[in-house]
Amino acid sequence: MVNLAVNIGGLHLKNPVMTASGCSGFGEELAAFYDVSRLGAILLKGITLKERMGNDYPRMAETASGMLNAVGLQNRGVDYFVREIYPVIRNYDTALIVNVNGSTIEEYVEVTQKINALERIAAIELNISCPNVKEGGMAFGVSCPAAAAVTREVRKSCKKPLIVKLSPNVTDISEVARAVESEGADAVSLVNTFLGMAIDAEKRIPKLSTVTGGLSGPAIKPIALRMVWQVSQAVKIPVIGLGGIMNSTDAVEFFLAGAAAIQVGTAIFKDPFTPLHIIDGLQNYLERHGFSGISELSGRLQM
Amino acid sequence: MQKVVADFTVTANIALNSGCHALVLQSSGELLPILPGQFVNVEIPGNKEVFLRRPFSVYEVDDASCSLTLLVKILGRGSATLARVAAGEKLSLVYPLGKGFTMPAPGDRVLAVGGGSGVAPLLFLARRAALPPDSIHLLLGAKTEADHIDVQKYTDCATFYFTTEDGSQGVKGMVTDHPLFGKLSRYNKIYACGPLAMMKAAAAGAVEKGIFCEVSLENLMACGFGVCLCCVEPTVKGNLCVCSEGPVFNINDLTW
Repeated sequence: MVNLAVNIGGLHLKNPVMTASGCSGFGEELAAFYDVSRLGAILLKGITLKERMGNDYPRMAETASGMLNAVGLQNRGVDYFVREIYPVIRNYDTALIVNVNGSTIEEYVEVTQKINALERIAAIELNISCPNVKEGGMAFGVSCPAAAAVTREVRKSCKKPLIVKLSPNVTDISEVARAVESEGADAVSLVNTFLGMAIDAEKRIPKLSTVTGGLSGPAIKPIALRMVWQVSQAVKIPVIGLGGIMNSTDAVEFFLAGAAAIQVGTAIFKDPFTPLHIIDGLQNYLERHGFSGISELSGRLQM
Repeated sequence: MQKVVADFTVTANIALNSGCHALVLQSSGELLPILPGQFVNVEIPGNKEVFLRRPFSVYEVDDASCSLTLLVKILGRGSATLARVAAGEKLSLVYPLGKGFTMPAPGDRVLAVGGGSGVAPLLFLARRAALPPDSIHLLLGAKTEADHIDVQKYTDCATFYFTTEDGSQGVKGMVTDHPLFGKLSRYNKIYACGPLAMMKAAAAGAVEKGIFCEVSLENLMACGFGVCLCCVEPTVKGNLCVCSEGPVFNINDLTW
């Protein structure tokens, strides 16, 4: 039996396969299909200080090998999460990670402080890369000074391992990764969605209410993989890879490129069992290639 | 409620008319309970252009053969591909999904208004309702006679009325032009599934007379089980996922 356990900047996971934020709700929906304790971690749906209605419908457009979304961080706010959702999910035997969002640095900090008190939350993922909100979100993730500033302030109040989720909509993602590393991030996760667009040619209108949205799915995998590889060279903290991972072979590629763990997002929409298939597939791969643990695989790309 | 991803075998693909196919699918294992108005999310085989699954309301369930039937109306590349599957092929389904209709009770007088593939859940409802056929009226609208499916085998569970835009079958015009629409007060439950304008018309009539009314929505979905938040409908309780909080909604909860 190979060892799938990983330590991501102080966050101990039974295996390196997590569900990406915004793709697995608060875990309850997946629990209708299977025992979620098999997952390495669940990245909970992004939350903000106040309730957000999200964007108008339509919020989704299918594209070649992927999809665009423009959900816009619909959620009931952090207090509702603490009061109504946390008590329901706190006993899931997997790492629960809260994805924290804000329009201002103060909002990010305030949400983080409220999450600090929840003992069963294993870590915080600071989302500075949501492309679907007008204020904040990706604005913090596309400039090094802004990314550094929000990471610095959240770091001061964050008592849990801090993962910063990076935007791919930048010229050099390594620079942003270095900026958040220098401000105390314990890990980075990348990539969030790519800003994209779809048009209904017959009706001559945008397919999304917001005109632009975030592209995900296999269409983005080669670019996500390249960015994980670049960031892995640039920082010392662990890198969590995501972007179009559909199966265990995709996952192995991200580990080889330098990821210490991975997240599965859009693939869950096609098949909610995908994370479990990937765990089984990784196990099989490691055994076939004579690795004793998943950590041996990270960055083992032969040049 | 337990949900699964399961392989089904196509046992029949029956062309009901030029644009609509009935697919009979047999489960490899036991069939989980499915209620009228619930749906399945089908992976589209052999078409690389189609990334996401496609949701279909269940048309018929046969527990004895562990089979369910879907009504596939050809609307785009997903349904077009699915309409070409042959008997023996395998399909992956995520099911059972969503919340179904509130079932009619004994003594209820029901009007179900449908069009297009919206006929599917309404016929399923009619068969499961176990009401006398004269207590459950199905009013089906279409462009022309050829678009209506053959309902002969269902006449023992409901009474059927038809409209066509060209007058080739039943009353000429839209469903709202049918005389039944002038007599809504005789019903105490109204259900609608079909084009948005048709459902809104049925809902408006029900609201005016204060009659219980449920409609089944089909907003564009990615996941089908409530995690992506793409298919939301504005409601009095905020934006709700059509896939997990619906697809059936009481019109009093909608902001129409």
